[in-house]
Amino acid sequence: MSKKESPIKTIIVAVILSLVCSIVVSFAAIQLKPAQELNKELDRKRNILIAAGLLEQGGTKAEIEELFKQVETKVVDLSTGEIVEPPKDFNQRQFAKNPETNKVLEGKADIAGIKKRSQLANVYLVRDGQKLDTIILPVHGYGLWSTMYGFLALEPDTTTVVGFKYYEQGETSGLGGEIENPSWLAQWPGKEVLNEQGEPVIKLVKGSAQNEHQVDGLSGATLTSNGVENTMTYWLGEDGFGPFLERVRAGEI
Amino acid sequence: MAFDKQEAKSVLFSPIFNNNPIALQVLGICSALAVTSKLETALVMSLALTSVIALSNLLISLIRNQIPSSIRIIVQMTIIASLVILVDQLLKAYAYEVSKQLSVFVGLIITNCIVMGRAEAYAMKNGPFMSFLDGLGNGLGYSVLLIVVGIIRELLGTGELLGYTILPSTANGGWYETNGMLVLPASSFFIIGFLIWALRVWKKDQVEDKE
Repeated sequence: MSKKESPIKTIIVAVILSLVCSIVVSFAAIQLKPAQELNKELDRKRNILIAAGLLEQGGTKAEIEELFKQVETKVVDLSTGEIVEPPKDFNQRQFAKNPETNKVLEGKADIAGIKKRSQLANVYLVRDGQKLDTIILPVHGYGLWSTMYGFLALEPDTTTVVGFKYYEQGETSGLGGEIENPSWLAQWPGKEVLNEQGEPVIKLVKGSAQNEHQVDGLSGATLTSNGVENTMTYWLGEDGFGPFLERVRAGEI
Repeated sequence: MAFDKQEAKSVLFSPIFNNNPIALQVLGICSALAVTSKLETALVMSLALTSVIALSNLLISLIRNQIPSSIRIIVQMTIIASLVILVDQLLKAYAYEVSKQLSVFVGLIITNCIVMGRAEAYAMKNGPFMSFLDGLGNGLGYSVLLIVVGIIRELLGTGELLGYTILPSTANGGWYETNGMLVLPASSFFIIGFLIWALRVWKKDQVEDKE
């Protein structure tokens, strides 16, 4: 047995290697963290602006920051629909995981297939002077393979769609993944998601949409289309943003 | 070790066509199926894999005489994994959109057989510079195949290349009926199969002997 193979040497090599590698990896993670957070934040803002129809695709950092100044970020208590003081470091996805701040959805209540949701949710408001101009709601729901995250922008009547944008999903690219396709999303503006009683009625249909309560489903992606429809039904319904939208209609916001 | 220009050249270029890691050795197929639905993701994945394999070969070769053979595989894995995490973090920081599309596949470079295979088969026995070239060459061989598959799939599957419309599709008011099959991962099996066939018609010595 050569000297290279002694047990002590083996342990020394293992320890040194692990140390060096872990230092390199953690150094990189810490150094790059600010840039990554910035990217995520910018991506979120970009998608909110696209949903609200304030921005086309892309946009530089400066443009996005400038445009985003007109967007108010609020936090809503979903059960009452009231705007509340945002807790420190509010993060809706983390709140959805924490048993103290989430609501577990079971069986029929879990229309969107998300299992639990945060008790509080972000909403984004755009005002034209004093008058409310656009409400942007973050929505998410389960498709075929993945949770699909999007922003839905509504007129102050809470019924007419201003724009819709998915920004994170892992559906089959080319089929379900087409929910990110701008030309599919382009049919959403002008659709009416609620009926006169304020209940969600938007449907994704096979073939062509017949009226303002219908949107063309994605061919070859029935389950993803169902997921989109369920997402809408849940988040616009009583357990989602329903109470908040009611307050908007009553002119309280 | 004396520097042999001829050998360096062959180490660098032979994996591209003569000894292609995907086409001849049929390694690393998993990621080749998953990330080639678009040319852009294929390009970034190629870049990521090439840098990981070249650097891992270099680093492993540098310490090859210190690595005890009883733990050599885990040592190689550790080095490769660290490099992959580094690449993943860099992508998240500087190419956020693409990193979102590549999702888990960058992380899965760790288990890519090409990287491990070259570390074990070449870097453990050869000098750092040659190992680096060998890694680079194999990375390029992987890249060539990925890019070809990416071009075929994106062009015929969506009528676009890098997001620019080449064949106007009927969905957008053009004439080209997109082939939805090509955007599904399974189609790359067929494409890679046909490419291997074509390569073996061109380079007859790659054809395996009949058993």
